[in-house]
Amino acid sequence: MVRDDIVEYSLDGHHSEEHGKKIRTKIWKVTALLSAVTIIEVAIGWFLPRAEVGGIGSWAWFSIESVYMVLTVLKAGYIILVFMHLGEERKALRRMILWPYIVFILYLVFILVTEAYAVNTAWETLL
Amino acid sequence: MAGAASKEIDSATLWGGGYTSPFSVSYGKLMMWFFLVSDGLTFGGLLSALGFAKFANVNDATSHWPTGEEVFTHLPGTHAHAPLIYVALMTFILIVSSVTMVLAVEAGHRMDKKAVIKWLLLTVIGGLIFLGSQVWEWSTFIAGPDGDLTTWYDNGTLSHSPYGGVFEAGGHGHETVIHSYGPTLYANFFFFITGFHGFHVFTGVLFNFLVLRNVIRGVYHKRGHYEMVEKVGLYWHFVDLVWVFVFTFFYLV
Repeated sequence: MVRDDIVEYSLDGHHSEEHGKKIRTKIWKVTALLSAVTIIEVAIGWFLPRAEVGGIGSWAWFSIESVYMVLTVLKAGYIILVFMHLGEERKALRRMILWPYIVFILYLVFILVTEAYAVNTAWETLL
Repeated sequence: MAGAASKEIDSATLWGGGYTSPFSVSYGKLMMWFFLVSDGLTFGGLLSALGFAKFANVNDATSHWPTGEEVFTHLPGTHAHAPLIYVALMTFILIVSSVTMVLAVEAGHRMDKKAVIKWLLLTVIGGLIFLGSQVWEWSTFIAGPDGDLTTWYDNGTLSHSPYGGVFEAGGHGHETVIHSYGPTLYANFFFFITGFHGFHVFTGVLFNFLVLRNVIRGVYHKRGHYEMVEKVGLYWHFVDLVWVFVFTFFYLV
């Protein structure tokens, strides 16, 4: 059998000095973005703690939680697509990795949160 | 980095069952991705289970389930109440070591051995600093900020402890008896998930170190490409990725 996996694809990643410069600029930009998002998250946690904005069940806390989720997914997206350069891989590979993953996790989160509220209500009613 | 995806393959070769990979990546890289997907599902399952336990128990009026930003409020060398700062620093260290890793991969694509060694070495050091930080965090959780449980009574740490903290003075001078860790369910999740992540960091540091050793010995230069750096790089970025979620679900929400 012909082994095509040893050198050919591995060499595809090679690039020139000028192209490398462009890639490094992008890396530093993404670094700045990831740091900024982390600082925003920490600032929200520092200035708007759960107890002070109204606690669990309040709209203010729910909005803050949603902001955290959006920022987390943003960070994750940049790490996967740029640092792991999945964004520049073949479309088939990207979809094969991301789609089943996203669908499964979304379903799992949906069913667990729904059931958790049901359990919570049951305990508060029965005990 | 670029190039791999843009390479044109006609569809007969692509899906015709020949020897060409439809994903135009090497076997090793594809297998690393498969592993990361399955490992990610493990963490996804664990964090989802944490969410279930939280929403089934949490209620500001009746439960002692800890508030995210109050989970860890200590800094080394001071008793100041500093929510989030220490874990934010840990996050930053991991992000920076992820950046040095991606720079090592980039240098590898230019066959720049010296630069690969420099960035990979910095990555290893970053990983070790993160592990050290986690050790300090855990020991502070378990033994109190002064490494001495009896002082907990005086500085009020327990009111901010993730365990809720039921305790009382023992009656023999300054001795203190800890009666309860509060919601042990939370502590179980906390130590298991951050511990499992820490184990991944440890493994990553080990891989990075072994690959660094090979780079220094010129193994990859002789091979003609630095793809092994790229493969351990994928694993290292994944470790950073998991921490992004651990940070959100333990320390923020």
